[in-house]
Amino acid sequence: MRRALPGLVVAIALLALWQTWVVAFDIPVYLVPSPLTVARTLVADAALLGRALWVTVQVTLLALAAAVLLGVAIAFAFVQSRWIEAALFPYVVLLQVTPIVAIAPLIIIWVQNPTLSLVICATIVALFPIIANTTLGLRSVDAGLADYFRLQRASRWQTLWRLRVPGALPYFFGGLRIASGLALIGAVVAEFVAGTGGTGTGLAYQILQAGYQLNIARMFAALTLIALTGVLLFVATDLVTRWALGGWHESERVGR
Amino acid sequence: MSAIELRAVEKTWENGVQALRPLDLRVERGEIVTLLGPSGCGKSSLLNIVAGLTEASAGDVSVGPDERIGFVFQQATLMPWARVAANVRLPLDLAGVARAEANARAAEALRRVGLGAFAEVWPRELSGGMQMRASIARALVTEPTLLLMDEPFGALDEITRNRLDDELLRVRREQQLTVLFVTHSIHEAVYLSDRVVVMAARPGRVVAEVAITTDEPRDDAFRVSTTFARHARDLQQALLAAARDADEALA
Ligand SMILES: Nc1ncnc2c1ncn2[C@@H]1O[C@H](COP(=O)(O)OP(=O)(O)OP(=O)(O)O)[C@@H](O)[C@H]1O
Ligand SMILES: [Mg+2]
Repeated sequence: MRRALPGLVVAIALLALWQTWVVAFDIPVYLVPSPLTVARTLVADAALLGRALWVTVQVTLLALAAAVLLGVAIAFAFVQSRWIEAALFPYVVLLQVTPIVAIAPLIIIWVQNPTLSLVICATIVALFPIIANTTLGLRSVDAGLADYFRLQRASRWQTLWRLRVPGALPYFFGGLRIASGLALIGAVVAEFVAGTGGTGTGLAYQILQAGYQLNIARMFAALTLIALTGVLLFVATDLVTRWALGGWHESERVGR
Repeated sequence: MSAIELRAVEKTWENGVQALRPLDLRVERGEIVTLLGPSGCGKSSLLNIVAGLTEASAGDVSVGPDERIGFVFQQATLMPWARVAANVRLPLDLAGVARAEANARAAEALRRVGLGAFAEVWPRELSGGMQMRASIARALVTEPTLLLMDEPFGALDEITRNRLDDELLRVRREQQLTVLFVTHSIHEAVYLSDRVVVMAARPGRVVAEVAITTDEPRDDAFRVSTTFARHARDLQQALLAAARDADEALA
């Protein structure tokens, strides 16, 4: 909690500055709404924005879950066989380097179910760090421990479960932290693309609509919700990581 | 039958480095034999060959068929994600020993190295010396008959090292144990060994074998005795002679 304090102080100071600036210079609300106006809009449009938030959160979480399942499965396949990795890795990279805005329209056309198409887009965005980190982690076995397992004639299975998997956990969670943010970005970006097709009802769609109607306050309110969702996701992954790695991992004790 | 018998064992790495020139080595049951030599003379290579971690390029390696090998690395190599007791239990878990029995034996091994109170802490919460002791407990828990130790106390301060040397001697008295021990400390070699095998580098080879014969008990008085000093001097001279030969060969 004490770590959050400095950030909170800065946030309050910035909001106060912003409020003063808007009031003092009489900035019109259709250009920059004041924080208080945004807060009032959040309350007034709570039902509308709440529904949109729920859609975006759903897409994000589904995509994150899919990325974790797929990514971990692919990473396991990669470390089981160099051949599989050599065959598939180029396509994983291809997926990673192709901008999602470029493929999203295709996916939205091909996949009839709008939620599913958004989930697919967001999954593609979030997948890479999970694959890359988990593969790296499963490979980065401590050489001494690997020797020890060999000395004890551990089976391939024992070596996987007792050595490779626990050793890969910190890497996996590093990937998860990045992927959680990317899943949200993917969900929002995909919805922007889909929004023009008239299917979206998530936060991105609300931003688009508010933009057309010059309802800048509502735009800011939706933006705020997206940002808050991102922060909450980040905190949640952090908590899960700390719970899973418990007391043992170095990175989990630095400065805590 | 000897615990270890090496005949004309040699090792040349894939990159052409000759780590060991053909050498013979016999270790009798119950003996403590130390490999003493400068860095790079192939001590680890030799130990790993005995353990079966490394394949010899040529020669015969035979380890007594009834020997149970325990291995202690230069680093503690504990699993950071498992508490100390679980680390010590690992070889039993891998061998499929029942959980209750494994726990009891791990607790006993920890007690023997003086870590009885630290079973449930994380390895990183232990000092370097304590981690090393946990690693020794992990080697002892399988009740080995042959203990291979690769500079196990090399990274520790002298006081801790001396204490762990004493513990090793005590464990060895309590259970019949053959030990092949690697060190580059002359004093440690004299203190622990029945016999010291002196090695030289480039290429790795055995240059002398010194038996440490004494009736004195191995304790602090032994460390300052004339017998100790005489053996230490012999070893030092053997090491220096080997280094001189190597320098002349280079020149
Ligand atoms: N995996 C390897 N591949 C190639 N060369 C190696 C390998 N391991 C060791 N060597 C070489 O073999 C020689 C002997 O190495 P070894 O590790 O056995 O020495 P050491 O006596 O244990 O030294 P130290 O006291 O520093 O641990 C060295 O010249 C080293 O460079
Ligand atoms: Mg070595």
